[in-house]
Amino acid sequence: MHPVIPYVIAAALVGLGAYGVLVRRNAILLLMAVELILGGVNLVLVTADATVRAVLPAGGQVFALFVIVLAAAEIGVALALVLQLYRLRRAVAVDEIPLEREP
Amino acid sequence: MTTADLLLVALGAVAVGAGVLVVSTRHIVRAGLWLVVNLLAVAGCYLVLAAELVAWVQVLLYVGAVVVLLLFAVMLTRAPIGASDDLDRPRWPGALIGGGAGLGLAALFVSGYRWSRVDLPSPGTATALGEQIFTAWVLPFEVVGVLLLAALIGAIVVSRPDIGSR
Repeated sequence: MHPVIPYVIAAALVGLGAYGVLVRRNAILLLMAVELILGGVNLVLVTADATVRAVLPAGGQVFALFVIVLAAAEIGVALALVLQLYRLRRAVAVDEIPLEREP
Repeated sequence: MTTADLLLVALGAVAVGAGVLVVSTRHIVRAGLWLVVNLLAVAGCYLVLAAELVAWVQVLLYVGAVVVLLLFAVMLTRAPIGASDDLDRPRWPGALIGGGAGLGLAALFVSGYRWSRVDLPSPGTATALGEQIFTAWVLPFEVVGVLLLAALIGAIVVSRPDIGSR
């Protein structure tokens, strides 16, 4: 197995996710792009686990599991925030959110 | 090129292609469905890389829970069902930064690993990972459990206007 192949796939996923986060206006599509980044990070962790013989075996895979759990927690809180935003503003476009306090 | 390499290339092509569609499609629901394809292909990569448990947890948690939550949110925010043209901001800054990040990372990995070859490790079954989690990683595991609880309570408080702070 040549480790460079999954590493390059992971780099491509992270780049795509960064593009999506910067370009998408809908908050839910933005969260999907964040999931792409997290998938790339997980792929790096799992590949590193297969490539490097660490002192603790399977450390990378355990970290990947932790990242998956964190992603689940993140998506729960983020969607609660998005739904609350929709309830207040009737829109979920991230570049239309006023950052100043309304008079 | 071994069988594992060929499988990784094929699954990676599927993952990256589906990822491109996630960030470029003009249908919100289709973006969620392409995300399913992407996550399944990445889970296939985990399987090839001998990370069985991570692959199945990914299928269970991401495809089973996260995508369903995302699609629920799409429905609850009354997103347009058909194609919509105002989903994207101007593309070039994002393309510049995203492409730069992807190409930079890829160049870093290629320069670091060249065409080196490693043997696949023994499979990361539930037994192997469970032993590690409950010996070496037991404290982080507990902290993650507390964090999940905190996220759950936080999500409930945020989504209930009658108990949140005014």
